[in-house]
Amino acid sequence: MVHKFDAIVVGAGGAGLRCALELSQHNFNVAVLSKLYPVRSHTGAAQGGVGAALGNEEPDSPEWHFFDTVKGSDYLGDQDAIEIMCEDAIETVLELEHFGLPFSRTPDGKIAQRPFGGHTSNFGEAPVKRACYAADRTGHMILHTLYEQCVKNQVRFFNEFYVLDLIVEGETCQGVIAYDLATGEVNVFQAKATMLATGGHGRAFSITSNAHTYTGDGMAICFRRGIPMEDMEFVQFHPTGMRKLGILVSEAARGEGGILRNREDLDNIGTGKDGFMAAIAPTIKDLAPRDVVSRAMYNEIKEGRGIAGTGDPGSDYLYLDLVHLGADTINTQLPDISHFARTYLAVEPIKEPIPVQPTTHYAMGGIPTDVEGRVLWDAKNKPVPGLYAAGEVACVSVHGANRLGTNSLVDIIVFGRRGGKDMVRYLQETEFSRMTGEPDAFIRGEIDRLQNGGGKEQVVDIRTNMQKVMMVECGVYRTKESLTKARDAIMELRQRYQQVSVADKRACFNTELMEAIELGFLLDSAWTIAESALIRNESRGAHSREDFPERDDENWLKHTFIHYVEDGKVKFDYKPVTITKFQPKPRVY
Amino acid sequence: MQVTVEVFRYDPDTDESRFDTFIKEVDPKDRVLDVMMAIKDEDDGTIAFRKSCAHGVCGSCAMEINGLNRLACQVLIQDLKSKRIHIRPIKGMKVLRDLIVDMEAFFAGLEKVKPYFIPGEPAPAAEYHQSVKDRAVFDETTKCIMCGSCTTSCPSFRWFNREFVGPAAFVKAHRFIFDSRDGGNEERLGVLDDKNGLWRCHSIYNCTDACPREIDITKAIGDLKRYTVIHR
Repeated sequence: MVHKFDAIVVGAGGAGLRCALELSQHNFNVAVLSKLYPVRSHTGAAQGGVGAALGNEEPDSPEWHFFDTVKGSDYLGDQDAIEIMCEDAIETVLELEHFGLPFSRTPDGKIAQRPFGGHTSNFGEAPVKRACYAADRTGHMILHTLYEQCVKNQVRFFNEFYVLDLIVEGETCQGVIAYDLATGEVNVFQAKATMLATGGHGRAFSITSNAHTYTGDGMAICFRRGIPMEDMEFVQFHPTGMRKLGILVSEAARGEGGILRNREDLDNIGTGKDGFMAAIAPTIKDLAPRDVVSRAMYNEIKEGRGIAGTGDPGSDYLYLDLVHLGADTINTQLPDISHFARTYLAVEPIKEPIPVQPTTHYAMGGIPTDVEGRVLWDAKNKPVPGLYAAGEVACVSVHGANRLGTNSLVDIIVFGRRGGKDMVRYLQETEFSRMTGEPDAFIRGEIDRLQNGGGKEQVVDIRTNMQKVMMVECGVYRTKESLTKARDAIMELRQRYQQVSVADKRACFNTELMEAIELGFLLDSAWTIAESALIRNESRGAHSREDFPERDDENWLKHTFIHYVEDGKVKFDYKPVTITKFQPKPRVY
Repeated sequence: MQVTVEVFRYDPDTDESRFDTFIKEVDPKDRVLDVMMAIKDEDDGTIAFRKSCAHGVCGSCAMEINGLNRLACQVLIQDLKSKRIHIRPIKGMKVLRDLIVDMEAFFAGLEKVKPYFIPGEPAPAAEYHQSVKDRAVFDETTKCIMCGSCTTSCPSFRWFNREFVGPAAFVKAHRFIFDSRDGGNEERLGVLDDKNGLWRCHSIYNCTDACPREIDITKAIGDLKRYTVIHR
């Protein structure tokens, strides 16, 4: 079936819905395609808050937010983009409130704000209350509010339509190819402008806070069409994943005063006394940025101070102590994570600490875009006409080498909105171009191979192996040796993937086929992550090389662009970091 | 420990249904979803069910587990207190395949109550003012993830062939009607006070029992009934 819309939005999380809402306000014919139902999107799992210098609780300024984000990014974020994001954040958050978002409130009836990791007043002096929150379900409220407004504006949704390819004619994007999960039919969606907002790739790793559906789809779709990926080596490990499960315990828990404790510190549980982070980040302690805290936890465990004392970062863990906060704060400010702790760990956070370990959380890298969300063909900023990306799938770059907490929600609403506004401009200036050939032939061939290929490889074996090797060899700490091992293993798994075939031959909800396709996309992410990490011979933000422990501004103050050449072969080029206001300095907290 | 898992199967190509039985070695702390995935990975890849977040916030994996509507990712094997696990699709919706039901009708049904913010007054320069107390009135119903567990557990919803608006829509209505900033209540009252509205709820509490977000839905419906009578 062939559909024709002015604009297509792929992905129905915060970025996609914010973009669709913008387009619908201008009466364009818009369709939102998602492999899920919109309210199932992973934005709904974001907990702690969305950063904006409203100054509702104490003095704050967008310039301080700008500085914190630059420093948090380990100076790899582009400062022009970060400045725009921090300034836009204020009106964009207020706009969400005007859409009805039920933020928690201050005693005088304003949007409530809380401290978060790496967010400070006066350029690093002390933690500041900047995260605007709705209890510990801020992402859920953003997702639902935007969905509600899209329903109000009668946005057209194609739910459970899985986008598998772009239609690219010459250098212009003309739409997408989507697989209807309910019928098994391959659909062509022609559009003047396409927004990709499909999220990250956390499921390439074995321990992750990310949804099962977080499989790097948008990135792989672009990579296969010759669009480079930017800064793929930067993958955030969130300090407080629930032990073994990886389920997120929001940084809001430490924002409210939670403290990490090791085995030498068990007597201090419930006292509110400093834990091991006080020695590592004397000014902001447990509220240091995530890369700093995750490394500190890894080192604590490695040196035998994990709770089990085994020295094995793969299995040992630490405690997150909320006991001193009291039942009131825990139940009203952190109700969801308390519920998770009770359900999944049988831990009562009012009385006992929560066992935690770092969990794969966020892709700083992704599809390169400019500040209007336009996708780029190369490191020289040449745009792909008609193609946009926003949110975790994209790399603007506002997060650089390490994202600050709350800035993912800022990113999706600010750049979803900016992308939508630029699409409006583009749609007004552009006519439909003629589609030639059979744009869906490639995808039909791929599906046929997976369903009828007769190969003997199993999705589950390849997936499990990939996730394990990425977690162990491409995790919090990396070396040339570990990364080479990861790269080689992924190359071998990619070969095996060519021999995958699925047992399910049915057209209706063939979830086995869907998982096989997702695995193919994840293998592209895993490959580009390993290759990019291998080439960056320095430590910066979330990319920590034991063999190159220092940041190297002379050689590596630049973005990595990885290009597909042929299977097994990539090439790199680089883009300088935009520095406007803050010169790189050593990163001390 | 060992469990026996009985899974409902429906093949749309042949229009036949059956239960398949699997014996699985599990950890008591595994989620039912983990066990379902193990069956799919190790025993039968053709079993179809929805999943995404795996920790109870996205609402994809609502199914009937040992007679009760639950999210498969939120129930641990040890919670079931049974070595037999009987899994069916949620009731009252058309089954498309195995555990996957048609949710289009569910989402379309919600729209009857205008489940979106209708501003009571023009937006101020900064945020609308709302006191902590006013915000608390509708806090619980903002937690809804639209999984459909409540509505599909409701005997009235099933009896009246989906004409009844149903608990999930009432939860959404509650979230807006009791929001001090919202001005759309008159537009919503007609649907609520209709013969297929609130009064088909007979306080059976299935919805409250089914809600994975622990929303006291029956109480929320009670609040709406009182509001509707007073504002007729």
